[in-house]
Amino acid sequence: MASSIANGGGGHDALRFYLAKTVQFILVLATTLLGLVAVTFFIGRIVPIDPVLAIVGDRAPPQVYARVREELGLDLPLIQQFWIYLKNAVTGDFGNSVLTTNPVMSDIIDTFPATFELATLGTLIGVFIGIPLGVLAAVKRGSLIDQVVRFLGLAGYSIPIFWLGLMGLLLFYAKLGWVAGPGRIDVTYSYLYTPVTGIVLIDTAMQGQWDAFWDAVSHIILPACLLGYFSLAYISRMTRSFMLNELAQEYVIAARVKGLSEFRVIWRHALRNAAVPLVTVIALSYANLLEGSVLTETVFAWPGLGQYITNSLRNADMNAVLGGTLAIGTAFVVLNLVSDLLYRLLDPRTR
Amino acid sequence: MKRLPKFLLSAAMIAAMATSFNAVQAATPPDTLVQAWQIDDIISLDPAEIFEFSASELAGNTYERLINYDVKDVSKIYGEVAESWTVSDDGKTYTFKIRQNKKFASGNPLTAEDVVFSLQRAVLLDKSPAFILGQFGFDKDNVKTKIKQTGPYEFTMEVDKPYAPTFVLYCLTSTVASVVDKKLVLQNEKDGDLGYAWLKTHYAGSGPFSIRDWKANEVVVLERNPNYEKKAPLARVIYRHIKETATQRLLLEKGDVDVARNLNPEELAALSKNPDIKIDSAPKGTVYYLGLNQKNPNLAKPEVRKALKYLVDYSAIADTIMKSKGEVHQAFLPKGYLGAVNENPYKLDVAKAKELLEKAGLKDGFTVTMDTRSTPEITGVAQAIQATFAQAGVKLEIIPGDNKQTLTKYRARQHDIYIGQWGSDYQDPNSNADTFAANDDNSDDAKAKPLAWRNAWDPGPLTAKTRAAVMERDAEKRAQMYEELQKAVMDDGPFVVFLQQIEVAAERKNVDGFVMGPSFDTNSVAQAKKN
Repeated sequence: MASSIANGGGGHDALRFYLAKTVQFILVLATTLLGLVAVTFFIGRIVPIDPVLAIVGDRAPPQVYARVREELGLDLPLIQQFWIYLKNAVTGDFGNSVLTTNPVMSDIIDTFPATFELATLGTLIGVFIGIPLGVLAAVKRGSLIDQVVRFLGLAGYSIPIFWLGLMGLLLFYAKLGWVAGPGRIDVTYSYLYTPVTGIVLIDTAMQGQWDAFWDAVSHIILPACLLGYFSLAYISRMTRSFMLNELAQEYVIAARVKGLSEFRVIWRHALRNAAVPLVTVIALSYANLLEGSVLTETVFAWPGLGQYITNSLRNADMNAVLGGTLAIGTAFVVLNLVSDLLYRLLDPRTR
Repeated sequence: MKRLPKFLLSAAMIAAMATSFNAVQAATPPDTLVQAWQIDDIISLDPAEIFEFSASELAGNTYERLINYDVKDVSKIYGEVAESWTVSDDGKTYTFKIRQNKKFASGNPLTAEDVVFSLQRAVLLDKSPAFILGQFGFDKDNVKTKIKQTGPYEFTMEVDKPYAPTFVLYCLTSTVASVVDKKLVLQNEKDGDLGYAWLKTHYAGSGPFSIRDWKANEVVVLERNPNYEKKAPLARVIYRHIKETATQRLLLEKGDVDVARNLNPEELAALSKNPDIKIDSAPKGTVYYLGLNQKNPNLAKPEVRKALKYLVDYSAIADTIMKSKGEVHQAFLPKGYLGAVNENPYKLDVAKAKELLEKAGLKDGFTVTMDTRSTPEITGVAQAIQATFAQAGVKLEIIPGDNKQTLTKYRARQHDIYIGQWGSDYQDPNSNADTFAANDDNSDDAKAKPLAWRNAWDPGPLTAKTRAAVMERDAEKRAQMYEELQKAVMDDGPFVVFLQQIEVAAERKNVDGFVMGPSFDTNSVAQAKKN
């Protein structure tokens, strides 16, 4: 990075850094999205599924079939189809979804908040429980808590989320009745508020619909905990190994020799250094959840992006698939940028 | 001390959460029926375009058609919007009288003008189901002169040939012939689209319920239509899209839904022991079959076709994998259709099959592939068939694929065997005869792709017979012609029909009057209530 070579003139330097960062971000975003569109587009055109079938069904007479094929532009050469798609996409027109009949953009605006809400809660749970657990496991290596953390991590990797989701529903919803069942909110509440952000918890709270809010809470809590568990399993495992690495460093010994309290040594010094690679881990796990965890969304009848894209893919609804892929791509690039910026904050060496 | 308020706050929050979780227990409201159902196949709410299972059912509950049939006895046709009708002596002109004092949900009166507009509109828009009307010789250019209003409550329809009246009338019971509110639709017309863009996601009908909301892949909400003469007991019907069947079961047992529509045989078996749940079912106009591609030289041999019909364990499939979801049926016309053959001559007979294979010069069997949709049911059936085929040395390789993927291959005639499902397009025997027993052009670039074509089968004289059956005005003679067609296909055709679908719904005990009819658009909540 150019900015890191220069000495002195801190403010000026930071400005240059952010400027460079912005330009870089735009370039990365543009090339990533272009690459994504190209790959998805051409894969979509060579999959052995006839997209016309999704619209006209299997029974349509030949002239209807031919007309729809033409309407979709499928009779044009591939390159030309791609060019048309790009031209429209640049103006914000991603075409219409066949399955929902809506413009793809508005579908994504409808489904993404559901996924975002769930993924964010899940990640928060993962971070706030996973990091302390990981730290404790590293500090008390070989102790009971370490065994527990290692087991949780292992289980998180090996138990299918689908099964765990159903079991969770069976126990907490069907048997104990502690939480509400599948879905985002009860149908009786769903017309009490007007969607503004699309995030039910925020919308209901802002409009003072507390009954609806609590209903939404009791709907989201189980899937959020489930996703939280899987992100916790990953984050705690990684925290443990980063911390083990840091605790073996000389500066830790030096700090202890200086007589700093063990609390300070671990939470202020070691964790701070472990935090740098952890940011990447968290960003990755968050991005994973944002992609829409298809199985969780299916089990919990959660109308999110994962279900939307999978369903579209199965029906060769390529506009929807492309739109969804772009949304996920953007999320990845943005998260990447955020973790880059956090690096700079956390690690003085990168400044 | 500083920590206290925070502590109090969190304690209050926990208390609030605990109370709200107790409130979660509440069942569905007494005037609202909530169904859990896979409704991701809906692509349009416009009756001129609807051709999918779930949307057809919605249309059946929200729109009225000119005529309809009795769900208990399909042979009884009655006027719904029509009061009466007559057919001219040459069999080509139908004159309909419309019931007076009918109103749409919007409040607009329903007159012959609306009926004529609806039929013309379906032909003009020319969407997937338009051929059901189009087969009577209507097209964009002539429909305005062929279907004409002759009075405020009267209109005539002139078909191009003297078809069997049953054929014409049954076609008019289809969703595509639903009556839409002309005034309302035209108010929402854009660039001469006859209101198509609007009606795709809106509602303009006169049925027992109106469609209040559709969120794709999420929910459909119906609301009682106050203008319907036989007022629906329920104020609201809500269809929730629940993809996962195990989730549907949990919701039903918990009472958060009243009806679950897509349960699998094991779940149904488990629920049958629950005293709060009852299970209802109805045979549907859909048959399961194997399509044997005649481009494959082995499958093209008549003895092989016959041998494979003896290599399916029909009753085992119906009693285990498809338990309570299908019954053995071997003719291409489902039970309940005019002329349907209900005898099932084939059963698993390995010795006979071996004998036939030997005659075909395939004493040691042969290897063949089968394109199989990877749903649990179809895969299960395919594996059962694989096992029984193997008993006579026929090695079946299952190629799994997604629905649309296998269908694309099937429509291109690139399969060996295809395991398929065929549901009738309309309640007349011609719907199935036309696809199983007729093939006007067996060349690779043929325009029409009936099932006979997809399996590269030229049915020879059967095509002409199918065409003749549609013109037979004597209903009894007509039924007999279809019987002969079915027997011919059963004997020598490239189709191993093995099952007729049964649709099952699991309901809470207090649900009453949810009627499941013989077709998808006759599943009715019009008189359903909760006790």
